[in-house]
Amino acid sequence: MSDDKQPVKKMSIIVSRGSLDGIYPALIMANGARMEGIEASLFFTFFGLNALANQTLDHLKVATVGNSALNMAMPMLGMPMTMPFPTWMGALPGVSAFATHLMNKEMEKLDIPPVREFLELISDSGGKIFACKLAMDMFKLKKEDLMDRVDGVLTVGDFYNESAGAGTHILFT
Amino acid sequence: MKKTIAGTEVEVNEEGYLTDMSQWNETIATAIASDEGISPLTEAHIKVVSYLRDQQAKGTAITIRSMGKSGVVTTKELYDLFPGGPLKKSSKIAGIPKPVGCI
Repeated sequence: MSDDKQPVKKMSIIVSRGSLDGIYPALIMANGARMEGIEASLFFTFFGLNALANQTLDHLKVATVGNSALNMAMPMLGMPMTMPFPTWMGALPGVSAFATHLMNKEMEKLDIPPVREFLELISDSGGKIFACKLAMDMFKLKKEDLMDRVDGVLTVGDFYNESAGAGTHILFT
Repeated sequence: MKKTIAGTEVEVNEEGYLTDMSQWNETIATAIASDEGISPLTEAHIKVVSYLRDQQAKGTAITIRSMGKSGVVTTKELYDLFPGGPLKKSSKIAGIPKPVGCI
């Protein structure tokens, strides 16, 4: 790396979506940061809390309703990526569960851990996991409802303080 | 390209990873580790490095997850042993290619 480039020192990633496909990119980016020696914090807000609540985090689903890019999943079924997947089909019973099953299978092949194990991996690697206080209040969640690796429940202000420092990048997903 | 590490000439790529793992020995590992800011190279480091070399010899892709499950080292220990890049640095010291995966 040339010297004039300012290195990324920390990634603060806000996770606002709670579907499987909404959660994974953030987990992969956070873990990838730690593997490069970059600090990482995950701040789960709104539906992102689905990935921290003990009752839901092991059962996250791929969003199939209104997802016009599901043709991307066709190669998992041995069909071409260009094969259309009409959006109305995403609403049929079982389609989301099936898409989730397919995606979980493909991810396991790539050694991508399930959500709980992934959060534990990030936590073990020194990454921080935070929940948004406001969203917790809104969804009637308490700290004890969340998985045990959560480092704290933060206000937005706390989160910005936590992210302070030159070389920090804040990413909203 | 050729590079002399600890008095031995070895083949490395532009990032300094050995391109022929058979040219590796513990003296070279110690020198690479020292360049990477890891000194001294302890038993615990060598245990990880040996495991990586075994996996590479078998052609098994290495991930941070598989390392944590290997029984050789926990994720926390791996990060403590090789600060700033657990897989990248340990692979470099082990004389094997840089891991290509994102996990």
